[in-house]
Amino acid sequence: MLDADFFRRWMTATTAAVDREAERLTALDSPIGDADHGSNLQRGFTAVTAAVEKEAPQTPGALLMLAGRQLISTVGGASGPLYGTLLRRTGKALGDAGEVSEDQFTQALRAGVDAVMALGGAAPGDKTMIDALVPAVDALGDGFAAARAAAEEGALATTPLQARKGRASYLGERSIGHQDPGATSSALLIAGLAEANGE
Amino acid sequence: MSDEKMRAENEKKSGEKVSDYKSERLVGIVLVSHSAQVAASVAELAQGLAGGDTAVPVAAAGGTEAGGLGTSAELIAAAAASVDRGAGVAVLTDLGSAVLTVKALLAEGDELPDSTSLVDAPFVEGTVAAVVTAATGADLAAVEAAAAEAYTYRKV
Repeated sequence: MLDADFFRRWMTATTAAVDREAERLTALDSPIGDADHGSNLQRGFTAVTAAVEKEAPQTPGALLMLAGRQLISTVGGASGPLYGTLLRRTGKALGDAGEVSEDQFTQALRAGVDAVMALGGAAPGDKTMIDALVPAVDALGDGFAAARAAAEEGALATTPLQARKGRASYLGERSIGHQDPGATSSALLIAGLAEANGE
Repeated sequence: MSDEKMRAENEKKSGEKVSDYKSERLVGIVLVSHSAQVAASVAELAQGLAGGDTAVPVAAAGGTEAGGLGTSAELIAAAAASVDRGAGVAVLTDLGSAVLTVKALLAEGDELPDSTSLVDAPFVEGTVAAVVTAATGADLAAVEAAAAEAYTYRKV
């Protein structure tokens, strides 16, 4: 079973990964985006960790709702409402249970990913965060490490794709050959789950 | 002077009465751009083209709180609250995170005033249409329709 402390560790691990990889995320965002993905997410997840430490939510649902709210408020770029919606919808789906099973979490995360697709209008293959998140959710039934591998593979597989959503889509064929920064940060988020589980 | 009083005064002076089905409360307009200057300038432009002394409440929510390019949920929520006169709030945006942040706030349910609507319209032309229409006392649906119609205006 996964309790609030597991989800707190998830956010802490993701914040550390984003800090560690911020320059790389921004570098990936330079040729096809506006070169702010790393710093935007750093600001957002720093706020998430601070809020979670301060308010210490007692349920998984409340913790993810709070984290998502911080991202919507503080990121300043499109990744704010997108990741914010992901976490808030996942949190909402978990309700007010004190502990949730891995199955329940998988269902909830799928609802969160569906909400992100509805918000941004992106589908798999559009060269977005969805290309890491959908394979991750599909693999989650085999455990967190399998989800991490699927997300990383999904992020790498965005390189040959042409962007169909967001600023990168204006570049048309010139977006081909670059790994998508959003899919890359999504893989960090999913890797944080494995880390929170001690894997 | 409240907006309603000002409106009543104006009607007395001009001798005109806006048609009865229209509300005394004016729809508020919020402009969300990645740039503070763009949001403020489009607000100024639309108010100027609407007649300068229009009573339509218009608020700009441009850029980040730190003054950079981007979108601020806090600035958007504050702007929407500041123009809410009870007749609804029409939000016009430029692109990307401006659109997504407003949608995310609407999905929250309690971040924006009741009857806040994201208007699917071109930013500059749609805002002019929205402010001019709102100045007539039109309701939110009419303001939205006027702004959206700006998409159909071809330039060549």
